[in-house]
Amino acid sequence: MIEIQNLHKYFDVHHVLKGIDLTVEKGEVLSIIGSSGSGKSTLLYCINGLEAIQQGEVIVDGVSVHDKGADLNRIRQNLGMVFQQWNSFPHLTALENVALAPRIVKKLSKAESLAIAEQQLKHVGLADKLDAYPSSLSGGQQQRLAISRALAMEPEYMLFDEATSALDPELVGEVLETMRMLAEEGMTMICVTHEMGFARDVSDRVAYFHDGVMEEIGTPDQIFGTPVSQHTQKFLANVR
Amino acid sequence: MDYNFHWRPVFNKLPDLLEAGLLTLEVSLLSMVIGTVLGLLLALAKLSPLKPARWFAITWIELARNTPALFQLFFFGFGLGAFGWHLSPFLIVLVGLSFNNAGYLAENFRGGFQAVPENQYRAARSLGMTAFQATTRIVIPQVFKIVYHPMTNQMVWAVLMSSLAMMVGYRELAGETQFLASKTFRIFEYFLAAAVIYYVIVKIILGLSRLLAWRLFRYE
Amino acid sequence: MNETVTFFSGFKINDLFFLGEAALQTLMIAAISISSGTLLGAICGWGLAEGKTVVRWTLNSILDVFRSVPLLIQLILFYNLFPIIGFDLGPFASGIIVLSMYTCALVASVVRGGIESVQQPMRRAARSLGMSYLQSMRHVIFPIGLRAVLPSWIGVALGVLKDSALVSVLGYVELLRASQILMTRTQEPFLILALAGAFYFALSYPLSRYSKQLEERWAS
Repeated sequence: MIEIQNLHKYFDVHHVLKGIDLTVEKGEVLSIIGSSGSGKSTLLYCINGLEAIQQGEVIVDGVSVHDKGADLNRIRQNLGMVFQQWNSFPHLTALENVALAPRIVKKLSKAESLAIAEQQLKHVGLADKLDAYPSSLSGGQQQRLAISRALAMEPEYMLFDEATSALDPELVGEVLETMRMLAEEGMTMICVTHEMGFARDVSDRVAYFHDGVMEEIGTPDQIFGTPVSQHTQKFLANVR
Repeated sequence: MDYNFHWRPVFNKLPDLLEAGLLTLEVSLLSMVIGTVLGLLLALAKLSPLKPARWFAITWIELARNTPALFQLFFFGFGLGAFGWHLSPFLIVLVGLSFNNAGYLAENFRGGFQAVPENQYRAARSLGMTAFQATTRIVIPQVFKIVYHPMTNQMVWAVLMSSLAMMVGYRELAGETQFLASKTFRIFEYFLAAAVIYYVIVKIILGLSRLLAWRLFRYE
Repeated sequence: MNETVTFFSGFKINDLFFLGEAALQTLMIAAISISSGTLLGAICGWGLAEGKTVVRWTLNSILDVFRSVPLLIQLILFYNLFPIIGFDLGPFASGIIVLSMYTCALVASVVRGGIESVQQPMRRAARSLGMSYLQSMRHVIFPIGLRAVLPSWIGVALGVLKDSALVSVLGYVELLRASQILMTRTQEPFLILALAGAFYFALSYPLSRYSKQLEERWAS
C-alpha cells in the first residue's frame, strides 16, 4: 500500500504540490490526468525519492520514504519506474539492459539475472531482440524494454510517467497494450497519462490534478461521466 | 650542394633510437594514465558545488591550457628548485606532461558528463542502484565513448609533447637523438630518423585507437 | 641608480627590459607565422575540401607530416636542412618558416571542416539561384563556414603562440629562452618563470574565453 499524506513540494519558490493526500491499495490501477505543469509527474518522483519533499509523508508498505534513515535503494527496487524518455542504456544490449540491475543491485548470479532478463523481455514481446542495442530499436520497443527492465526487479508497484507521450502515434498502441497486460496480471500501477482511453478502460480509479492540487478522484465512470469540479469539466471538454 | 649525407652512423645507432622510442611511448602512456585519473577528478571538482574545489580545478585547467607546455616543464624543472625541490629529468617530464594532460582531459570529461542526459542517472537510481553504481555502470561508460576520440588526440599530443624532454635533459627519443647527433655532427640525418620514428609511432597509435573503437563501440 | 635596484637577490630592473624585449620577439614570431600560416592554410583547406582526389590525397599526406612529427624536431630538421641546400637562414627565418608550415597544416584541417560543414542542400540552393561557384563561395559558404571555423582558428592561433616558445631550441632569444638565461644568472627561477607564465596567460586566457563564448553563442 502506498500512503501519501499532506505532501508539499517546492522547486525554489514554486509550490508544485500543495498538500496531496492519496492512498493506493495493492492491486489497484490508478491513472493521474491533468494538464502539464499540474505536478502529476513530480508526484511520481516524490514517491520513489528521486525528488526531495518539503512537508508531509510518503509511506510504502509501512516504510516512510523520506525518513533520514530510509534505505532508498531498497525501497526503489520495489517501485519500478518507466519514464517519458525511455532512457534505455545505449551502451548495453537489450538483455544486458534488463539483467544489469538484478545482478548488481540484487546480487543475483550472472546466469540467474540473464534468465530473468530473457523471461521479462519475452513477456513484453521482445524475445527476438535480446542482443539488439537500443539504437536499433524503435521508440515503442525501447519503451517496452524499459518496462521489462523495471519488471526484472520484481517490484510490487509500477510508476509510469507519461510512458507514451514521447512516442510516434503509431507506436503508442503496443506500449499501452503492454501496460494493459500488466494491469490484468494484477500489478499495482500509478500511471500519469494523457491517454484518456487507457485511463477510462484500464484504471480502477482516476485522479485529476490541477495546479498542484488533486481536484478530484473517483472511478472512471465518475470522473469521465459526472465530473464535479469545474476544472475537470473544462479539461475533459478540451481533450475530447 | 656540397654536403655529403652520411646515413651509416645513423643506421648503426638505429637500435638505440628505437629503444629511446620505447621510452617516449612509456612516458607518454604513463602521463596519459595519470592525466586521465587527475583529469576525471578535476572535472568532477569543477562540476561540484564546493567553491574551493571548483577554484582549484579551474586554476589548474586554465594554467595547463593557457601556458606553453615547455613553460610547464621548466616550471617543474627549475621553478620548483626555488623551494628546494629538485626532480629527476624523468620526473620533470612525467609530472609536466601529466599536469598538461590532466588540464586538457578535464575539459573533455566535463563536456562528456554534461552530454549524458540527467535522466540516464535517474533511470539507474530508480532501479535501486546506488549513486556509485549508477555513475560507474551507466554514466561513465557513456562519457567514455564521448571522450574517446579527444583522448586519442591527447595521446598523440602527449607523444609529440614528450619531445620537449630534450630541453630538460631526459633521453627519450628526442633527447637521445640530440645526444647522438651532438657526438657526430650528423644532425640532419639523426633528426630525420627521429622524425620518421615519431611519425610511425603516431600512426600506430591512431591505427590501434581505430581498431579498439571498432571493438568497443559496436552499439552505434 | 637603476642598476642597483633589485627585486630579490640577483634580479635587476634591466632584466625586466630584457624579458620585455624577448616577449616582443615572441609576439613578432607568432604574429608573422600565424598570418602567413593562416593564408596558406586557407588555400590548402580549400584544396582539401574541394580539390580533385589526387590533390586532396597529396595535400593531406604532406600536411599530415607536420601534424605527426614534434614541432621541436621539425625546427631542428629545417634549421639544419636550409644550409645544406644553400640558404643559411638563421634561427629567426627558419623558425618562422617552420611555424608557418605547422600553422598551415592545422589551419587547413580547420578550414576544410568549415567548408564541409556547409551542407550540400545549402550549396545547391545557392547555385540554383544562379550564383556562380565563386559567388556561392563568397556569399554563402564563406560566411556560414566562418562561424564554424573562427573558434577553432583562435584555438590554433593560441597554440602557435605557445608553441613559438620552441624556437628557443635554435638559440633564438624569445621569451622562454630569455627566462632560461636569466634563471641561470640570477638564481631567481620562480620569479622569472612566474613573469614569463603570466605573459602567456594574459594573452591566451582572454582569447580562449572569447572563443568559448563565440562557440556557445553560435551553437544555438
